Amino acid sequence: MTRPLTLRNLTAHYGATKVLDDLSLDVGAGELVTLLGASGCGKTTTLRLVAGFLQPTAGTIHLGEIDLTRLLAHKRNIGLVFQNYALFPHLTVRDNVAFGLKQRGLSGAERGRRAGEMLDRVGLSALSGRLPGALSGGQRQRVALARALVIEPALLMFDEPLSNLDAKLRVEMRVEIRELQRANRTTAIFVTHDQEEAFSISDRVAIMEAGRIRQFDRPETLYSRPANAFVARFVGFENLIHLIVTARDAGRITAEGEGGIVMTLSEDDFGPIPDRFILATRPDGLRVSHGDHGIPARLGLRTYVGRAYNYKTETPAGQLVASGPLGQPRDGGEIVRLVPEPEQCSILVHETAS
Amino acid sequence: MTRRLHPALIAFAILVYFFLMGPLVIVIGAALSDTGYLTFPPQGLTLHWFERIFEMSAFRRTMVTSFQVAAISTGCALLIGIPAAYALNRYRVQLPGWLSTLFVLPVLIPEIVLGFSLLRSIQVGAGLPVVSTLIVGHTLLVLPYAVRVISASLASFDFTIEEAAVSLGCPPIKTFFTIVLPNVKAGVFAAIFLAFITSINDVSVALFLTGPGISTLPIQILAHVEQFFDPVIASVSVLLMVLTVIVMAGVERTLGLTFLTK
Repeated sequence: MTRPLTLRNLTAHYGATKVLDDLSLDVGAGELVTLLGASGCGKTTTLRLVAGFLQPTAGTIHLGEIDLTRLLAHKRNIGLVFQNYALFPHLTVRDNVAFGLKQRGLSGAERGRRAGEMLDRVGLSALSGRLPGALSGGQRQRVALARALVIEPALLMFDEPLSNLDAKLRVEMRVEIRELQRANRTTAIFVTHDQEEAFSISDRVAIMEAGRIRQFDRPETLYSRPANAFVARFVGFENLIHLIVTARDAGRITAEGEGGIVMTLSEDDFGPIPDRFILATRPDGLRVSHGDHGIPARLGLRTYVGRAYNYKTETPAGQLVASGPLGQPRDGGEIVRLVPEPEQCSILVHETAS
Repeated sequence: MTRRLHPALIAFAILVYFFLMGPLVIVIGAALSDTGYLTFPPQGLTLHWFERIFEMSAFRRTMVTSFQVAAISTGCALLIGIPAAYALNRYRVQLPGWLSTLFVLPVLIPEIVLGFSLLRSIQVGAGLPVVSTLIVGHTLLVLPYAVRVISASLASFDFTIEEAAVSLGCPPIKTFFTIVLPNVKAGVFAAIFLAFITSINDVSVALFLTGPGISTLPIQILAHVEQFFDPVIASVSVLLMVLTVIVMAGVERTLGLTFLTK
């Protein structure tokens, strides 16, 4: 039975420090949602609140109809997978997996059968008699996964489960996690600081900063249409050009920015543009050109990035990173214009803070 | 690769071992001597003096007292020490730093002072019977060892496995017994051995707290040596040595002796 998870106005403190600030989040039944952010952003705190290891100072946690807010941690029926695996070192692989079933009062035979089935699914039947100390990192994480899944939890939670594995295994394991989660249709929360990992396996991702969710969307939306400067920077929009509209003429707008740069943009390309806005692009959204419009720039260091060259450039509006085609490598010192590519750009509302 | 050691260094090492081991060899030799007085090298070999220990009621009685006091104070030290060591490690971040120092403080206080203050305060002051005072004194004496040794083994314990157990439906108290304790078993055993042997070998605290009719083995040895000069003393000492060796072998088996130097 799969249930949605609802967090309402959660606030949490460590001593006097507020680590979670009025956070609300809706995770649909069977959905995998990732909390993504740098360390200290509150993602792990959120997970620990849901697990019941921390108590919120305000707010509620519901899993379907059940109010988890004040429920004791061991009664929540949540499958947890930890960064350091957290296997019981004195129990065999089989007993590790059967531990949760034992707490549920299942008979020895039933425990053995279910643990055996689960170990089969993660491909570890051959190692069921071993102690965790005799396993590799990947095998340990599979045991941890089996141990969390076998109790058929109402909610699965992963706390940076892949960060102790090497790069290749990390990719394999995240696919495996996604497949098992999909197969069981278990609602799941995944915590990570790795953007690629988050985007690759999640239905939706919540990007967090300073105890708040800055944007909660599908990975595709986050990647191409960040909602604010923080998220834009987070997903690699290196150029944030602050502009103020000076003239509007039938959908064509003229805007002025720092250093007196003037740009003309069409609302047909960019959608409605507010009076004060930020033009955000990745390097490939700012094309090096020899035309007579765009931002005047002096080319600096050229770097090869596979499909194009990236150029560090000096402009009146500060340093920007632009890209140019592979066919025409340009030299440093050259004076050019930088032209935004509308489909690679995002128009952000000017935020007073940050 | 072999390195030539300087002959002087080798000679010095031998000398150190000689001074360390010499007295022990002399005591063992004296205990086996077939004479009515302490002598070395032994003249004739006999186990008679070991039999004599058990024939003398004072030794038998004090031996029983010593073992009882050691067993009970070791138990008390564990009952206080295990939860203390757990809390000190589990909540290390939240707890003030001086709290862990508090538990090793008795080691820093000279045992003579500890014995004297217990005599004044609880034996004379509160009028507690001799054996009870001894148990209190020895519990205080061995508690630092228990806390230190169990702490050392909890220091490498990963407390997230406790959270893993709780998340799987195991209540916190049960988690302590099924998950935490089995993983610090070695530390608990080492603590038992050390506490027991420290209590058995104690002189300074017991000196103040033993009274007429009730004494511990080391105090009885002192009393005996004041009056007699027979090899019984040597043979009792050998018995204590043997006991210590057995206990240390136990520690070595469970944890390795290097554990104690940490």
